[in-house]
Amino acid sequence: MKTVLTINGQQVSLDIDTRVTLLDALRDHLGLYGSKKGCDHGQCGACTVIADGRRINSCLTLAAMHDGETIITVEGLAHGEALSALQQAFLGHDGMQCGYCTPGQLCSATAMLEEARAGRASQVTDDLTTPAPLSRAEITERMSGNLCRCGCYSGIVAAIEEVAAE
Amino acid sequence: MRPFDYQRPAAPEAACQGMSASPHAAYIGGGTNLIDLMKLGVMAPDLLVDVNRLGFDTIKDLDDGVEIGATVRNSDLADDPRIRVRWPVLSRALLAGASAQLRNKATTAGNLLQRTRCPYFQDIDVPCNKRKPGSGCAALGGELRNHAILGTSEHCVAAHPSDMAVAMQALDAQVVIRDADGQTRTMGLDHFYRTPGDTPHIETRLNPADLITGVRLPAPLGDRQVYRKVRDRASYAFALVSAAAVMQLKEGRIEYAAIAFGGLGTQPWRDPKVDALLTGARPSEALFEKAGDVLLRSAELREGLEFKKPLAHRVLKAVLTEATQ
Ligand SMILES: Cc1cc2nc3c(=O)[nH]c(=O)nc-3n(C[C@H](O)[C@H](O)[C@H](O)COP(=O)(O)OP(=O)(O)OC[C@H]3O[C@@H](n4cnc5c(N)ncnc54)[C@H](O)[C@@H]3O)c2cc1C
Ligand code: SF4
Ligand code: FES
Ligand code: FES
Repeated sequence: MKTVLTINGQQVSLDIDTRVTLLDALRDHLGLYGSKKGCDHGQCGACTVIADGRRINSCLTLAAMHDGETIITVEGLAHGEALSALQQAFLGHDGMQCGYCTPGQLCSATAMLEEARAGRASQVTDDLTTPAPLSRAEITERMSGNLCRCGCYSGIVAAIEEVAAE
Repeated sequence: MRPFDYQRPAAPEAACQGMSASPHAAYIGGGTNLIDLMKLGVMAPDLLVDVNRLGFDTIKDLDDGVEIGATVRNSDLADDPRIRVRWPVLSRALLAGASAQLRNKATTAGNLLQRTRCPYFQDIDVPCNKRKPGSGCAALGGELRNHAILGTSEHCVAAHPSDMAVAMQALDAQVVIRDADGQTRTMGLDHFYRTPGDTPHIETRLNPADLITGVRLPAPLGDRQVYRKVRDRASYAFALVSAAAVMQLKEGRIEYAAIAFGGLGTQPWRDPKVDALLTGARPSEALFEKAGDVLLRSAELREGLEFKKPLAHRVLKAVLTEATQ
């Protein structure tokens, strides 16, 4: 199956089996090992990437379904050598231990801040018609699709809070 | 996963044609349920017909309602300003489901048709009448927790897992269907799902190549709308019990009531007797208690599911209290 993707600004052409998930295309066919396979069933968020501006679980979608789309993985978050504000904040707040969930956390948080800026509501938003500021409760709810087995949640939330406040 | 062909048609005619070409073909929307089940070997289509580029990705205004396209993402539906204002119970139900990543992929049609989360259905090494008709039911005699207590049979006790469909059930949604001959028909969501009986593998009244093109919501009949979901963790988990209420109050009385439930039934559950009991009555704790009794009058509390009875009572009471305050 011929599939063209723009990944972190670079156009790539793939000829892959229909069964290849977006996650496997990134890791096994393109050598982008940043996106992680935690559960392979949509239950952990380690595989989170940003497709056409939206965070998704790359393990539960076929690469072929994304033909023509723009994908951003953790490898595409920094600007050259300069880390993104979120990456820097994760370092500053010890937002990781083993680091396995971190690429997914970073992609997810990057897109989540955009969603919040666009006025999207969450389950804990009191009033659906007025966008809420990103409180701690809002951040944890909006990030609930990313699990961390090391339990670094307090560092992760603190890092996101810092960037959200900027 | 078994090998399969993949088509991405640009028009509904071609999609239905593709589906008719093989008895083992399947439409794919977001893929968040189908691909999961294909990895587990629970589903093994030989052809996937991708419905994402058929042009069903918008929410259109109708006379006094809306038609939600089949491939509108759950996140976009929850976010739509019309839905947030006039059908907030639907936004709430959607936002209570899955995670932001999953909602960004999950489609309206795919959500309606997602399969049960009964763990035995997902384990191909054990009997399951839904997965393999006539093989038996490993859940009966196994561990029951996320299973149903309403509408069950001795062949299957699986619950329908959707939050979105519960809200839509309370909102009198109509499913818009295009058949293999290109004819369009609509079907009330109350008529769309089938109770398991002795054919739990047949879950809806759709025919094989039927394509869902959208869901219509009529104007809401109540402006007091509440969704409440109880589960094992605060987020990113399926409902043990949930309830959607759409109500209208007039001079201290309930003028209109439509209550639907998740986690309790083999399908998104709505009981006209509950709605009828509430309609015209004055809100009171005793009334809400009675509504729970009516709802659960034929509940089958199999071992492990006894907790759902008091939990359903409490969730219903909480929802009715909030909606009538
Ligand atoms: C970890 C996890 C947690 C979750 N938690 C929740 C939760 O709390 N609440 C909840 O409600 N859901 C939850 N979900 C389920 C999620 O909502 C569903 O997977 C999703 O809604 C399915 O939509 P989809 O578009 O991805 O469907 P797909 O996987 O694409 O399809 C599902 C089914 O619908 C059929 N189909 C799709 N489109 C059409 C069409 N247009 N016409 C006819 N047939 C069609 C497919 O053939 C398939 O059989 C969870 C899922 C995961 C993985
Ligand atoms: S309850 Fe239904 S889905 Fe679960 S094992 Fe029994 S037959 Fe299968
Ligand atoms: S690997 Fe995709 S969600 Fe866990
Ligand atoms: S840092 Fe180890 S899983 Fe999150």
